[in-house]
Amino acid sequence: MAVNPKKHPMPTQEPAVRAHNFSEVALGYTEQMAVEEASRCLNCKNQPCVAGCPVNIEIPDFISHIKTGDFEGAYQVISRSSSLPAVCGRVCPQESQCEAKCTLGIRFEPVGIGRLERFVADRHNAVPAAAPEKAAANGHRVAVVGSGPSGLTCAGDLARKGYAVTVFEALHTAGGVLVYGIPEFRLPKTIVSREVETLKALGVEVETNVVIGKTLTVDELFEEGYEAVFIGSGAGLPKFMGIEGEGLKGVYSANEFLTRSNLMKAYREDSDTPIMKGGKVIVVGGGNVAMDAARTALRLGAEVTIVYRRSMEELPARREEVEHAQEEGIVFNLLTNPTRILGYQNPDDPRDPKNGCVTAVECLRMELGEPDEKGRRRPVEVPGSEFIVEADTVIMALGTSPNPLIRDTTKGLETQRWGGIIVNEETGATSREGVYAGGDAVTGAATVILAMGAGKTAAKAIDEYLSKQADA
Amino acid sequence: MYTIVRKKELNPTVTQMEILSPLVARKAKPGQFIILRVDDEGERIPLTVAGTDPAEGTVKIIFQVVGATTEKLNHLNEGDALCDFVGPLGVATHTDGIKKVCIVGGGVGCAIAMPVAQEFHRLGAEVTSVIGFRNKDLVILEDEFKACSDRLFVMTDDGSYGTHGNVTAPLNEMLGGGETFDMIITIGPLIMMKFVVAAARPYNVPVTVSMNPIMIDGTGMCGGCRLTLLRDGKRVTKFACVDGPDFNGYEVDFDEAMSRGRMYAAFERHAYEETCNLLRKGKEEN
Repeated sequence: MAVNPKKHPMPTQEPAVRAHNFSEVALGYTEQMAVEEASRCLNCKNQPCVAGCPVNIEIPDFISHIKTGDFEGAYQVISRSSSLPAVCGRVCPQESQCEAKCTLGIRFEPVGIGRLERFVADRHNAVPAAAPEKAAANGHRVAVVGSGPSGLTCAGDLARKGYAVTVFEALHTAGGVLVYGIPEFRLPKTIVSREVETLKALGVEVETNVVIGKTLTVDELFEEGYEAVFIGSGAGLPKFMGIEGEGLKGVYSANEFLTRSNLMKAYREDSDTPIMKGGKVIVVGGGNVAMDAARTALRLGAEVTIVYRRSMEELPARREEVEHAQEEGIVFNLLTNPTRILGYQNPDDPRDPKNGCVTAVECLRMELGEPDEKGRRRPVEVPGSEFIVEADTVIMALGTSPNPLIRDTTKGLETQRWGGIIVNEETGATSREGVYAGGDAVTGAATVILAMGAGKTAAKAIDEYLSKQADA
Repeated sequence: MYTIVRKKELNPTVTQMEILSPLVARKAKPGQFIILRVDDEGERIPLTVAGTDPAEGTVKIIFQVVGATTEKLNHLNEGDALCDFVGPLGVATHTDGIKKVCIVGGGVGCAIAMPVAQEFHRLGAEVTSVIGFRNKDLVILEDEFKACSDRLFVMTDDGSYGTHGNVTAPLNEMLGGGETFDMIITIGPLIMMKFVVAAARPYNVPVTVSMNPIMIDGTGMCGGCRLTLLRDGKRVTKFACVDGPDFNGYEVDFDEAMSRGRMYAAFERHAYEETCNLLRKGKEEN
């Protein structure tokens, strides 16, 4: 039987429809689509896809279960390696991980591994799960700082080994970036809360409204009897360009814009939290966060342009997000860089409420020059190419720098010059005994799955560390 | 649950509550703030800690009813609980090496200034307090300030109580008369703090201002509370939630802060009116 050269396309909401709602864009495979897609897998011997997965899911094994219609069996295979399959099936950059390594991909399109993972997880979640079996308590206590992907993964793995785990979350809802950062239309929040509930059923305690570094310090966690601490506090404060006009009304960081919409539900009419809706919005940046901000603004009624200083080829966002954004009508102004933001000032009325509001962005054309140290071609300004783009709102999606609260209050915790926590990559161990770290707090802004991988690595190392301590 | 243990009206628009939150009560220092949500659908608002009782596990907050959230908060009573209460956030007011301090508070800002004045008094510094209000009905915390100040000036804009005039009048008089301070700490409306800085500038007296910008998470994530400092001729972005809320008054770009503070004025006014209507309706139906 000839292999279908193409991945089974993902059913989605029509672009014209979804541009006006916050419901999920991708609708997921049907059973038939999943079985057909699974049958494309060659089940090749050397399984390169497994090595391409940061948490080494046994991909051909779970796909084999789908082929025979054993969807729950497929779920059990995935959950041996991943705590958050419904999340990863949606937000992982599969095209640069598992699917990039797929043998079928050498000649044709690779197997839609991410889509299959999502199918299996959704299928499992559609029926109320039996309470997972709790491991016998081993009498050891571990504190996890932050309830994002790395923290949840670490907590889940340790709870399955019998540790009493408490997760401390600074915000009022658990989930970290999965809740405040990634929008509903890409990752429905019911999925995140379900994953959190699964962990609670395993015995994990989640304490919201506790800021480690402020409410409690890492040292106090040890004093309270926790024997190891995992820091998964995530990325921190947003970066700005340092150009004129960033203090005007209508200039946001992507973190703020997304937090208002996702965590505080400002997209809903009944929310107490305000957000600028409609008008002309310019999003500066080319990563996944920029795409999320742009597509959120679009759904709030705006005309949206993404401004990015390199070309489409260098755009760091997931391909699928870029395609979705284009289909929805978002304009990409590439090889363009803002130089200043212009604001309104009524010369006759200093009390005019429009004073200080954004009116436009001045940009420069760029061209690509020599490759930089990472091999990406460096954007170079084209002199005299300034032009003005009208705007009511400007959203800066330029990345973040690490949050200072933990490093400033934890003696002996070594950090990079830029603030990231220094760890042994093999174990996640920091310079402080019993303190481990992973995710964006270590790497700077990266992906959900890399953070999960780090949480997993640290859980294993914490288990080894505490087992050794108990033996000693 | 974060139970309201005590509630007291300080003036018709300003309320004091003591909230059960043992972890915050144990840690909070003068100058720090908390973030709360009244209910599960509510917004997060920052309020400065006005005092703590670590033994009882309570944190005192003082707020003025200015919008939808503070209106909802004000409708809660002793025994009710808040949905969320997190802190202490921000950096505590620096007290090291300050032997003679002038605390300048305006309006509800006096609620934040009071624990700072009390702290300096406890540390043995010489405390001069200047507190200003629009009129007699709005005067709060006079007795508390009296108890912790070596000198107290109470000012009202309309002269209905204390001395007629604004807070810069006694400040000008003292500084003009050759008196000096190790630090002036001012907490209140932005425009008042801007004028306090202007008054101190000719005399080179250091001024600390307590900024209270719009915030969401308050933990160093969203960047909504950013403000611009003018430092060595350069514009520097800082975040009130983790770098502040106290800043060197000479560096703060007050005009930008004032403009940004009004970003959602129309929305806030609308939400406030809606909430008032809802709460009034609820009352009538009961």
